[in-house]
Amino acid sequence: MGNIDQNVMMEVKNINLRFGGVIAIQDVSFDILEGEIRAIIGPNGAGKSSMLNVINGFYHPQEGEIWYRGEKRPSMEPYEIAKTGIARTFQNIALFKGMTTIENVMTGRQLKMNKNFFWQMIRYGPAIEEEVEHRRRCEEIIDFLEINHIRKTPVGALPYGLQKRVELARALAMDPTLLLLDEPMAGMNVEEKQDMSRFIVDVNEEFGTTIALIEHDMAVVMDLADRVVVLDYGKLLADGTPNEVQKNQAVIDAYLGVPH
Amino acid sequence: MFYRETGQFKSKYKEELAAFPLFEDKIGVGILLLLAYVAIPIFGIPGLSYEFTLSAIMIPVVIFTITTLGLNILLGFAGQISLGTGAFMGVGAYSCYKFMTIFPDLNILICVILSGLVTAFVGMLFGLPSLRIKGFYLMVATLAAQFFLEWAFIRIPWLYNYNNSGGIEGPNKEMFGIIISGPQSDATTRYLVCLTFLVLLTWLASNVIRGRIGRSWMMIRDMDIAAELIGVRPLTAKLSAFAFSSFYVGISGALMVFFWLGAAEVESFDINHSFTYLFMVIIGGLGSITGCYMGAILVWVIPVLIKEIGKTSFGYDAFVMENLSIILLGFMIVVILIVEPHGLARLWQIAKQKLRMWPFPY
Repeated sequence: MGNIDQNVMMEVKNINLRFGGVIAIQDVSFDILEGEIRAIIGPNGAGKSSMLNVINGFYHPQEGEIWYRGEKRPSMEPYEIAKTGIARTFQNIALFKGMTTIENVMTGRQLKMNKNFFWQMIRYGPAIEEEVEHRRRCEEIIDFLEINHIRKTPVGALPYGLQKRVELARALAMDPTLLLLDEPMAGMNVEEKQDMSRFIVDVNEEFGTTIALIEHDMAVVMDLADRVVVLDYGKLLADGTPNEVQKNQAVIDAYLGVPH
Repeated sequence: MFYRETGQFKSKYKEELAAFPLFEDKIGVGILLLLAYVAIPIFGIPGLSYEFTLSAIMIPVVIFTITTLGLNILLGFAGQISLGTGAFMGVGAYSCYKFMTIFPDLNILICVILSGLVTAFVGMLFGLPSLRIKGFYLMVATLAAQFFLEWAFIRIPWLYNYNNSGGIEGPNKEMFGIIISGPQSDATTRYLVCLTFLVLLTWLASNVIRGRIGRSWMMIRDMDIAAELIGVRPLTAKLSAFAFSSFYVGISGALMVFFWLGAAEVESFDINHSFTYLFMVIIGGLGSITGCYMGAILVWVIPVLIKEIGKTSFGYDAFVMENLSIILLGFMIVVILIVEPHGLARLWQIAKQKLRMWPFPY
């Protein structure tokens, strides 16, 4: 909200994604500006999650181009795309259940650590210094998201709302330039939603992270997002500010409905 | 009351990241090391003969703990299942034998480490299917490794230097003027060599699994898709786990033949042994280093003790005792897995948790 400039960070152009005969995304184009919060909304099965999967390289679209920071992105594997500064959270939590919160957050630093097998084996000198350095950053993020008290708890034992927050922490630990959030508030109560919204705004403002999020709670979307993309049956229905989208008749018919 | 972290404050991340952040743990490990390094080699275990203690209990337990560590790294930490452990031990043993005969002057300890490296390479080759398949299907693929390698140990006479027996055996090997391996070596010396290997390898394993590489294994184990999106390359993570694990298994195989059995044939590396190691890992606890020790001790020592006690105290036939020990062990495994599916390591953890509160549990 605060620090949008008009530089385009990412542009998806004419994406077509098919699974066999099923058309998941059909000729969708939109852009994400640097520093904005971009919401993707639409009914179930509209292709929102598929779109995120395309952006972070898990799906390879049959047609279409993705331009990231002014360059056309070649077809890449997910781990290569992670290196370019794109992080994400998942609709159904994908934490590492056997590990504690701090370990989960530390996994986000994976790409930034590079000491080789030998140093890892003796865990002395450079290896331990690297570990400490990244631990410090992770603790900052843990502080930021107020999850200090569960630092040493195995994530499998945490309540749902906290797991979602740990997942956000893990994504933030990657120091992303573009953060993709897949339904960060699904299944939360009002209070948890407020907390999560606050964190999302804070991340956007303090770290300057560009955020693309999928969300069904319209009140949240209208408050948080700078611009909204609406998808329906894999097609682009509308693209604009929350107010514009809210008044768009096609969007009201397909998704928002009218208040009774 | 005696075991708690209260009052032990850490002011540096480095201190908290240490292997044993708690003072009590440091003392405990110190005592165990003293027992293993000093008390047992001097006094043995009370009630059992010295020779029996070392060659039937301590040396095999130490060697199998190394095997279990290796398998646990693969199964418990990286989540890749393998049924070829026995055969990979064979790779270690046969390659150590070849190194010893090709370079007769090479120090045997170097041969052992080299054979670990050879096994790491072979393990990596047979780990390649893991990039495509998971779970039970991968298990079947590693089963193929087991059968193929067993076949190779019989059908490729070059591996056992074309001798008539078809087995391998170690000559006497000296280091610093002491015979450390072979028929004339002393059990105590061999025990100390194996123990040193175990201590060093445990230390290395605990370092690796707490660091970047260990985390990448656990990420693959827990949620491979998320791991990939965070930036773990499945190829590197899985193959490094196979290599590191096989390195341990190979070393334990070489130690088993040249520091314990003295000679071996292909039967020492068959699938039944692979299953035994799998039991050790599962009973000890997947994903726990302490569990490796407990699993190896339980699965190996209990049958040996039952057999020994039956033979000396009750005069039973060795054959009867053999079967009885299998029955009792099987029964114990079932009971333990019902009580605590996560193995002995979890029981130990719960005990420590209770001890922390003791004597005021609320």
